[in-house]
Amino acid sequence: MDYLSSREEFTALQERLCSDYNADIPTIIIPAGTCGQASGASDLVRTAQREIIRRKLQDKLHLRVTGCHGFCQMEPSVLIEPAGTFYPRVDITGMKRIIDALVRQEVVEDLLFVDEETGQRIARQDDIPFYRHQSRLLLSQNEKIDPLDVYDYLRIGGYFAFVRLLADMEPRQVIEEVKDSELRGRGGAGFPTGMKWEFLSGAADGKGKYIVCNADEGDPGAYMDRSLLEGNPHSIIEGMLIGAYATGADQGVMYVRTEYPLAIKHLNNALKQSRALGLLGGNILGSGFSFDISLVKGAGAFVCGEETALMRSIEGRMGEPCQRPPFPVQKGIHGKPTLINNVETWANIPVVLRDGAQEYRKTGRMNTGTKIFSLVGKIKNTGLVEVPMGTPVREIIYDIGGGQSGKAGIKAVQTGGPSGGCIPAGMFDIPISYESLAQAGSIMGSGGMIVMDGNTCMIDVAKYFMNFLKDESCGKCFACRKGTQRMFELLDDIASGRGTLNHLKILEELALILKDVAMCGLGQTAPNPVLSTLKYFREEYLEHIEHKRCPAGVCKGLISFTISELCTGCGACVKACPEQAITGEKKQRHVIDQDRCSRCGACKSICKFEAVEIH
Amino acid sequence: MVTVTINGLDVRVEEGTTILEAARFVGFPIPTLCHNDGVSPYGACRLCVVEIGQEPRSKLVSSCTYPVEEGLKIRTASQRVVRARRMIIELLLASCPQSKTIQDLASAHGVRQQRFRQEHEDCILCGLCVRMCSEQMMAHAIGFRGRGEDRSIGTPFDMSSDVCRLCGACMYICPACQLRCTYNQPEHAICNACANLRPPCIEKEEYSDLMCYMKPCVACEIK
Repeated sequence: MDYLSSREEFTALQERLCSDYNADIPTIIIPAGTCGQASGASDLVRTAQREIIRRKLQDKLHLRVTGCHGFCQMEPSVLIEPAGTFYPRVDITGMKRIIDALVRQEVVEDLLFVDEETGQRIARQDDIPFYRHQSRLLLSQNEKIDPLDVYDYLRIGGYFAFVRLLADMEPRQVIEEVKDSELRGRGGAGFPTGMKWEFLSGAADGKGKYIVCNADEGDPGAYMDRSLLEGNPHSIIEGMLIGAYATGADQGVMYVRTEYPLAIKHLNNALKQSRALGLLGGNILGSGFSFDISLVKGAGAFVCGEETALMRSIEGRMGEPCQRPPFPVQKGIHGKPTLINNVETWANIPVVLRDGAQEYRKTGRMNTGTKIFSLVGKIKNTGLVEVPMGTPVREIIYDIGGGQSGKAGIKAVQTGGPSGGCIPAGMFDIPISYESLAQAGSIMGSGGMIVMDGNTCMIDVAKYFMNFLKDESCGKCFACRKGTQRMFELLDDIASGRGTLNHLKILEELALILKDVAMCGLGQTAPNPVLSTLKYFREEYLEHIEHKRCPAGVCKGLISFTISELCTGCGACVKACPEQAITGEKKQRHVIDQDRCSRCGACKSICKFEAVEIH
Repeated sequence: MVTVTINGLDVRVEEGTTILEAARFVGFPIPTLCHNDGVSPYGACRLCVVEIGQEPRSKLVSSCTYPVEEGLKIRTASQRVVRARRMIIELLLASCPQSKTIQDLASAHGVRQQRFRQEHEDCILCGLCVRMCSEQMMAHAIGFRGRGEDRSIGTPFDMSSDVCRLCGACMYICPACQLRCTYNQPEHAICNACANLRPPCIEKEEYSDLMCYMKPCVACEIK
């Protein structure tokens, strides 16, 4: 890898990479992010490599292993360029057949994606409803590049925005451009990014300003940042370079949670390559501008996503928040002014500077740009979804997500992770924007979107999140530590049938006060799951308290399993029951001993005749 | 000098003072547990919250950490503040009912009941002892460990500390668990009262690995 010492050398390299690349040669693209590897993408990669070598196809076929493309439900999948053919859930024999067909310039019809609604096979990825309704500003880059190869990123125009502004723009202009784009923080709170940059650039002059990439993504069920880090690490480095140039920072830190080993590997590799190319380090491209990035691994505390706790963690101290002021931009890491942005925000920066603020603003209504959501739960198409701001929730869930996966209809969607709230099905027409979600009692958050159907008990959901929060609260501030513990206790009482109307009153009172009084964002948003479920699903709470019934059949303390006359006496449930609570003669209706039953539901899931009922 | 309005009263105070100091200076009481003039502010007990700013954009902040700003409007006993404070006292009472300090706080603020499940803890994790030990005694013998429910204070690995000088400052400053160790004479408190003397229980052989300040003291039972 040649060290680039001037802008001309950079441009020459980029031009050479573009002209050397032959886009007409068919390329097999295998997404192998953490999700892809878990579902077997590594086997496909090995098979493809072996086949290509065995049949000496090196000149006729290219193979590209990339990060996640978003459609996790259908992984391991294969995408063929330039035709854009998409094969879902490919196995090893399928992989061989695809290579066979590629050589003959054909398509394997029976491996193509089937649209469940129309029953038709769809060849092109862009025609699949899941992809068709998205506008993939950031995620579409994941398909085009091998995350381990900086040349791939350079070929699609990577680092171009940075190199151009390094020569042509004043830091002041860069900040104006970002402000103009109206980009807002993608980490959850939605603070205008340009304004944050302006604060840092205005903070006392002199050496030693920090910029930080917050990649401590801890929300259960959210993995947008991981996919960006794994699939396109250079875009984040470029974003940080631009941020550093604009604000005058000379040190960058990436704070990545240690549970993302592949992301850390890709990032380390990307940093190494950028340094070797001279895009990081001292005197970048001979411009006199110096900046370097170090990588810090988080030790697995949810609260370290909070900026003051994150800074303490980077300093090597215990990850617990501090009261603001002083704000990070006044006194951050080691007392120096510090700017912290989320991964997705950094990934948006090169796009803003490449296309210009005017162009960027055209995407999205109400807020600008796109937002990546991780769509999970009781829905047909799970995966990463990138939509323009202002898209109605309904469109994400029904058009892209394909609607409910089970028989029970969709009841609500939970956005924003443990700090967010639930939006009931009746309000699915609200558009996705920071303001409208906050008005509905939820938050944008980092982008988790959990779909729940009729088999989900809202008290159980609130209890789950409260259990998570009481474990993850750092415990520094008394209100948050005890408040979350007590709320969990109250919810547990309600879920197990010990609840009274008084419980509900105390729960609401405590939740409202905790929102007001807690020290950091974690505590202030911790009551959201309780408050939003209380707001929209109060009757479910009352059902639990007054009639001691769980309508969804989830809360173990309030349900009982019985076997109806549909029972054929096959004995499957007898073997499945871990408590030996089921008895009965062969070919006779079985009976559950209610005293021994632990309500695990094993009998219900094994019964082929739907004879086990929940009351 | 900065001018702030506390409960409608215009006050001129030195720049850099906290709201708590300013309010106390002019005589408005604000209850605290984790604050002590000798150690750095911490903002953990949340008792000292005050309301700042104009409705409806006003917010609650901990007065012990918030520096005064020109023109800041502060209310130390608005309805919102009082409600929050009473809930915190109720939570404190539910956790540490035996503490005299907390009982006094409850009675001063008219908290007559607690509606949660009763616990019997003796530490509220206000962190005063940790800050005392590191900032005033320069010993850094004790610190926090764990998080959430499992958070506690102690010496590293719960081993008898090499740097602890048994000065007793941590006991002295503790607001919640005063007079915990009384040896076997309930009327004569030992550790807390005579901070400069080595408590007699430490002389006992069985006690060599224990540290009564940070552990439930069992020395009294050793006859």
